Amino acid sequence: MDTQRIYTIELHGLSLGYGDRILFENADIGFGWGEFTALIGRNGTGKSTLLRTIAALNRPLKGEVWLSGKPLSELSSREIAARISFVSTDEVRVTNLKVADVVGLGRAPYTNWFGTLSADDRQRVSEALALVGMSGFARKSMDTLSDGERQRVMIARALAQDTPVILLDEPTAFLDLPNKYEICLLLRELAHKQGKCILFSTHDLSIALEMCDTIAMIDDGRFYYGTAAGLIAEGTIQHLFDDTSICFDAVTRGVRLKF
Amino acid sequence: MSGSRRTIFCFVSLSVLLLVLLCADILLGSVSLSPADVWAALVGGDPDSTASVIVTRFRLPKAVVALLVGAALSASGLQMQTLFRNPLAGPYVLGISSGASLGVALFLLGMPLLGLSASGDLLRNLGVVGSAWVGAALILLVIMVVSVRIKDIMAILILGMMFGSAASAFVEILQYLSPEGALKSFVIWTMGSLGGVSSGQLSILLPVTVVGLLISICLVKPLNMLLLGENYARTMGMNIRRVRGLIFLSTTLLAGTVTAFCGPIGFIGIAVPHVARMLFAEADHRVLMPASMLLGATAMLLCDIVSQMPGYDMVLPINTITALLGIPVVIVVIVRNRKVF
Repeated sequence: MDTQRIYTIELHGLSLGYGDRILFENADIGFGWGEFTALIGRNGTGKSTLLRTIAALNRPLKGEVWLSGKPLSELSSREIAARISFVSTDEVRVTNLKVADVVGLGRAPYTNWFGTLSADDRQRVSEALALVGMSGFARKSMDTLSDGERQRVMIARALAQDTPVILLDEPTAFLDLPNKYEICLLLRELAHKQGKCILFSTHDLSIALEMCDTIAMIDDGRFYYGTAAGLIAEGTIQHLFDDTSICFDAVTRGVRLKF
Repeated sequence: MSGSRRTIFCFVSLSVLLLVLLCADILLGSVSLSPADVWAALVGGDPDSTASVIVTRFRLPKAVVALLVGAALSASGLQMQTLFRNPLAGPYVLGISSGASLGVALFLLGMPLLGLSASGDLLRNLGVVGSAWVGAALILLVIMVVSVRIKDIMAILILGMMFGSAASAFVEILQYLSPEGALKSFVIWTMGSLGGVSSGQLSILLPVTVVGLLISICLVKPLNMLLLGENYARTMGMNIRRVRGLIFLSTTLLAGTVTAFCGPIGFIGIAVPHVARMLFAEADHRVLMPASMLLGATAMLLCDIVSQMPGYDMVLPINTITALLGIPVVIVVIVRNRKVF
């Protein structure tokens, strides 16, 4: 980690795990402004746990997470909510719950006890909806949307929360291929145009390699970080397929059967 | 009709309906009184006339109790449905009313068995309501702790029913052991009655219910955040422990107090929030919370009018009427299997 640079998210000697089981140890990584990063790794390696730890939903075994130069432990839940927004895998398809109300809830850290939206809040809500291309859906109910539309609404909610960091847990799961690309393009544009630091976990390796600025990879208790080209050249990506019947082709950047 | 127009329309028509039913509830009863007599009694005519005694000592307090009970049970049901993300949650179904009943049974039946007796009305009332709070709080606490580990909706419901059955079993053992006098007062209590609330009891019921309702109004924003799930709520800065604690407090006060003085009243807490969702076509608690309170109060007035069988010299137990009114709603919710959460 370059000590001169200011990072939005910094992991300082971070070790994660549950009880006796250690997911990974001693990760020292910094994610910067406007950086679009995919978090990859096989099932159960700790991708979700890492995202949840950065969002202060879980506690680390050891080490610390810093946000914009301050340790997470010194921030109140309100201050964390103003720095990080989280798009979880929880499906929100509540009957009668309006899209605009969901996005409006993103303003929760800034509204009064009753959740009243000011003119400025409402402006931000409609901007967020416009950014994800869902302006026409404001009065629609969440249970009438498709999976892709719902994911866009949840991203708009994160945008309305107006945080420098957005974390997303498998935002492309359950989406069809065009929608996977659309969502990733949208996220990349938000990172580059709005200067957000966006970190998302995914199993779509080819999309991650193709579209992200940097890749964070957890494998076999170790944390790897670098650009797609760098990780491929070092042969790191190939580790994902050790002990399996497929392998990674560095030329086509795809996978193929070994036999 | 746009959202806010529909909301206003529903609120206005419900309020009108509430007023009409309130008048009907005071006008109708086993003794038929003319509207003129009732009016005279209300505005302070001869305080010793039969009409005046019936209206001011019985019908008016009973109508006020109906309003409070309906609003209280509905508000606690709505909070539980959102907290547990479970459309079938409610104070009765989750065994919280049973917990309160067990508390009251231990107080009304257990104390005489031990040779203790609470002398004086105030002491007795405080004992009943206090033991109901403890009983309701214990069951709610266990369910909340378990629901953190077990996310399965059905498991929580079955657990609540098990608690309810266990509480009933204990109560039956107590009943079996109890002398006739204590038993009779307890059996009358279990039948549930709005009219049985004395003015002394009302002076506890009213302020406690109002406090419970005020807390639930204060919780509308966190309840809205919980609609998206706990992860979203917490990452939006919600203090989950404090919110759980407040929901716990408000539900215990509301469901416990109502059960203490009116007996276990089922199906209002579970059914009314659903009817409010359907009528208002809303999920926002800023609308749903007051709507459920208003609708609950209205429904309870209706149940009370039906239960006193105007013109007949008998009163049906209120919980039989609420069950007959509420169960169809619950069945509709199950059959339509709407994704409420």
